Amino acid sequence: MLDSKLNLDIRKIANAREISKQITAPVQNYIKNHTTVTIERATLRMLGADGVDTQDIPVPNIIVDLLGDKISYGAARYYINALIRSGGSIDELNIKIASGWDIAKLDMVDLSLIEAKGAELTELFAQKVKSNIRFREKKTEEFKGKENSPLLYLIVATGNIYEDIKQAQAAASQGADIIAVIRSTGQSLLDFVPFGPTVEGFGGTYATQENFRIMRKALDETGEEIGKYIRLVNYCSGLCMPEIAAMGAMERLDMMLNDSMYGILFRDINMYRTFVDQKFSRMINAFAGIVINTGEDNYLTTSDAYEKAYTVTASQFINEQFAFESGLGSHLMGLGHAFEMNPEIKNGFLFEMAQAQMAHELFPESPLKYMPPTKYMTGDIFKGYAMNTLFNFIAKSTNQGILLLGMLTEAIHTPYMQDRFLAIANAKYVLNNIADFAGDIEFKKDGIMQTRAREVLDTTIQFLEEVNKIGLFDAIENKMFAEVSRPKNGGKGLDGVARKAEEYFNPVYSYLEKELNIVTGGN
Amino acid sequence: MMIRPYGDTLNDGAIQLSFTLPVEHSVRADEAAVVYARKLGFKSVEVVHSHPLSKGFSFFVVYGKTEISIDFDKIVVEEVEKSLDFYEVNDFIKQHIRRKVVVIGACTGTDAHTVGIDAILNMKGFNQHYGLERYPMIEAHNLGAQVGNEELINQAIKLKADAVLVSQIVTQKEVHIQNLTNFIELLEAEGLRSKLIVVAGGPRINNKLALELGYDAGFGRGTYPEDVASYVVKKMVERSGTA
Repeated sequence: MLDSKLNLDIRKIANAREISKQITAPVQNYIKNHTTVTIERATLRMLGADGVDTQDIPVPNIIVDLLGDKISYGAARYYINALIRSGGSIDELNIKIASGWDIAKLDMVDLSLIEAKGAELTELFAQKVKSNIRFREKKTEEFKGKENSPLLYLIVATGNIYEDIKQAQAAASQGADIIAVIRSTGQSLLDFVPFGPTVEGFGGTYATQENFRIMRKALDETGEEIGKYIRLVNYCSGLCMPEIAAMGAMERLDMMLNDSMYGILFRDINMYRTFVDQKFSRMINAFAGIVINTGEDNYLTTSDAYEKAYTVTASQFINEQFAFESGLGSHLMGLGHAFEMNPEIKNGFLFEMAQAQMAHELFPESPLKYMPPTKYMTGDIFKGYAMNTLFNFIAKSTNQGILLLGMLTEAIHTPYMQDRFLAIANAKYVLNNIADFAGDIEFKKDGIMQTRAREVLDTTIQFLEEVNKIGLFDAIENKMFAEVSRPKNGGKGLDGVARKAEEYFNPVYSYLEKELNIVTGGN
Repeated sequence: MMIRPYGDTLNDGAIQLSFTLPVEHSVRADEAAVVYARKLGFKSVEVVHSHPLSKGFSFFVVYGKTEISIDFDKIVVEEVEKSLDFYEVNDFIKQHIRRKVVVIGACTGTDAHTVGIDAILNMKGFNQHYGLERYPMIEAHNLGAQVGNEELINQAIKLKADAVLVSQIVTQKEVHIQNLTNFIELLEAEGLRSKLIVVAGGPRINNKLALELGYDAGFGRGTYPEDVASYVVKKMVERSGTA
């Protein structure tokens, strides 16, 4: 049973969940009647579409561009039709499409033939993903004792996938459990996924299927050497959420940054586009056993972490609902939050600990993703290192699941090799030194921490009620999240949303709904 | 006055260093760190800590003493005037400009990191320093991230901006330099450069760099909104010659 330290009222917690469910319900109504260009492209990818033409336009983009409004009927229908008509293999079909074969203009074969072929291709995809899951399960079981708790998460961001490998392997051999390859700045706003291995990026490395494959192989090798399963993370956000999820499922990524509202608020992507996309991306992640990491930390880098703590908790509840509705279990929800209070606040540590403990008690089954201080990090690396120690302390003593390690040089440069080493050394010291601390302490009744948690939960519920009253779409437009207004028809990507026709056909979507027991009606 | 670093005795020249060498950790690697520090000019070099980082890399913490001194009296810096505060800026505008000052800002190019521009512009501000949106005498527009230089210029014209703030956080491979330079070139081509106050900001930006690139000023780490506001309003008055 859950170790309750905060003495929170369980009726209030249940109420917060219930309101969140009411908040997301109207959004689900919208989602079920719509598809998007990236959902169609993701579907094509899962059925086998791959490669690029001479101008580096990916085959899935070529197909969806050819189809235009016809995506309302599902792009899979036309792709499979072309496959049957071509009489050749998937690879041959992809090459023909890349060479200019217009598959939108073909006469359609009998639907039953398309359905049968669709089921066959979906099964191939499903088998690949299931075998990835079995491999991951086998390896995590085999090396279980070697994992840190929380899992230590480190970032590489060189821009060059081959340079990333060196840094990632070094970090893994120093003790990292999870490696995230930061994406190139701006990739989230590309309405396509680049192709092949890449060696140039700004502030990160492009997420491509080939880069996923290369890094996966390198981490598997290092994992075998050191006797550990190294988890690989990428970014399932932006305009291509479902496509990145599909690629991650096929290449055995283990975690994906995947938030239901981050793109809207922080990347100015259209809200309808994001809501429709996030659902399918999460369904794919759920099916592939990929742990999502949500982006609540972002609220705190734009707003004050003490005053706006409730926005984090509210977003966690909303993210959880959207995730449930996509078939994700709690154990796959790395709900996010961050240690971002001003270090000058008296008793700031207690408020941070109350918040982290509350997140654990509200979402006891979820491997919470805890983010380090960034906003108040300065060039004073010594103070930064001390702050990271307190952050690590809270992470361990409140049973966080995923610990993104803070870098002492956070405010200065992308990490040097020694910076990662020092970060891991700090975390390992704390994790060992307070190994059983969480089980050995109680919080004072009605003390500072219990009072703070109660206040934040109350404010969260008030906030959720207000959002529910005016509806999530309007709440976002009215600046209720992240102090930013995003108009319903504004932002990027709305032109890529299409209403589904009655005859909409998507064998992967249907398969996943069935596998994940999602009941949406619709279609 | 001649000076050198201070450890615990005047003129002892004590310095601490930490660095990584691309060699396997060993006694020989430690010695290499000592030799390297000596080559940097340090005396009494001591490797106080070393540790393997990964295959073929080792980390060192080193102390050394330097005999190099410099003449403090000969150090020259461009002194920046003390900024007006929130209230003073608003009063200054009321008194000398007598209308709202329009400031637009964006994080330009491919840069998606709005922390800098948000800290300066957002209502909330940073570290208890209000952002320009909260200044009653300033009309601030935050255009957000990944704004193209052309788009920024269009907005400056449309909103009749007095000042444009350009934020650059990502500086890998000097991408910020190209982007900042391109913006000034476009402004000049449009004949707008002299009509606007153009300011660059970001953790790796300083006044010197910004001036070199053709900006009116540059603001780096530790800048608060009032620093930028102060500069802009004073510069406006200075240009119009009505101070």
